[in-house]
Amino acid sequence: MEEVIKVGMADLNICKAPNIITTLGLGSCIGLTFYDPVTKIGGMVHYMLPDSTQVRNNGNIAKFADTGIRELLKRVLAAGASKQRLVAKIAGGAKMFEGSGLSNVGNIGARNAEAAKVILRGLGIRLIAEDTGLNYGRTVELHCDTGDFYIKAVGKPIKII
Amino acid sequence: MGKFSLEEVNNMYVDVLREIGNIGAGNATTAIASMLGNKIDMKVPNVKLMEVSNLGSAICAEEDTIVGIFLEVQNDIEGSMMFLLDLESGHYMVNKLMGKAPDCQDDFDEMDLSALKEIGNIIAASYLSALASLTGLVISPSIPFIAVDMAASILSVPAIQFGQFGDNALMIQTEIIGDFAINGYFILMPEQDSYDKILTSLGIAM
Repeated sequence: MEEVIKVGMADLNICKAPNIITTLGLGSCIGLTFYDPVTKIGGMVHYMLPDSTQVRNNGNIAKFADTGIRELLKRVLAAGASKQRLVAKIAGGAKMFEGSGLSNVGNIGARNAEAAKVILRGLGIRLIAEDTGLNYGRTVELHCDTGDFYIKAVGKPIKII
Repeated sequence: MGKFSLEEVNNMYVDVLREIGNIGAGNATTAIASMLGNKIDMKVPNVKLMEVSNLGSAICAEEDTIVGIFLEVQNDIEGSMMFLLDLESGHYMVNKLMGKAPDCQDDFDEMDLSALKEIGNIIAASYLSALASLTGLVISPSIPFIAVDMAASILSVPAIQFGQFGDNALMIQTEIIGDFAINGYFILMPEQDSYDKILTSLGIAM
């Protein structure tokens, strides 16, 4: 029986086949996964904000795209994944309240998704799939035996990317 | 300056928010009662200071569907606020307001969402006017926005807002008791400057 590893908000962890790593109810946050299809080692970070350097209180590295993605990379490589084979997928970055946008949280979802792309490009890791934006929450699962990324939303069919 | 420690300031802020919550609830009671057509009582039993990363499961399980009503706040205070209801309470209110069968659990249609927005609007506005009169600040709320989705997704919005300057978020629980007990939650999300302004206006200075 496979084990399900849960990643909370501002949290990260790694996972090996046949296990599943999940995060529940992504809103404007991003769930980013790394996966090495040969060793079947994966990992997920659930970050909240795009840039730790813009925030005074930045102690929790999993809270930010820049520090969280780098830490996750370090952890999957330490577990035995190969950087050349690693692929990334992202989900989340929704705008939960359509039409709002006066405050700077309004477009944070889009900024979070953009941050992933910039950082991955800098690290030289391919982003092979994404399901971001729009106005609904997502629960995501990375199945480490296949690398499939399951996306569940309220009132919508399950999507696999 | 340097009169109180951060912890003391936080404790005072929580007390003040609870009091504002009580006054706001008092203001909202009449309006909500006449909309629902029965006598109700509103209380603020609890103000919770919690870690941002635990906010997603603060009300119920992360994936349970809840109703979130969101307003942006402008003028002397910049920021936003949110009113949250569990799905059962949302259905109860919609069924009452729209004259549906009491056990109707159908997905909300446009009219239902509009009714829920109005409830959130009344409650939020009552709360904001209590805050405005205590602080003497001018606070203007935007029109309400609504989302019916997983609790953790909706709560990611305040989590991110608070996450920008700290690791804690404040949540004000509200109980509406009529022929049915409704549990609602408020979250006030001032920007950092506005937070300082609220404290200063209340005579709490660091």
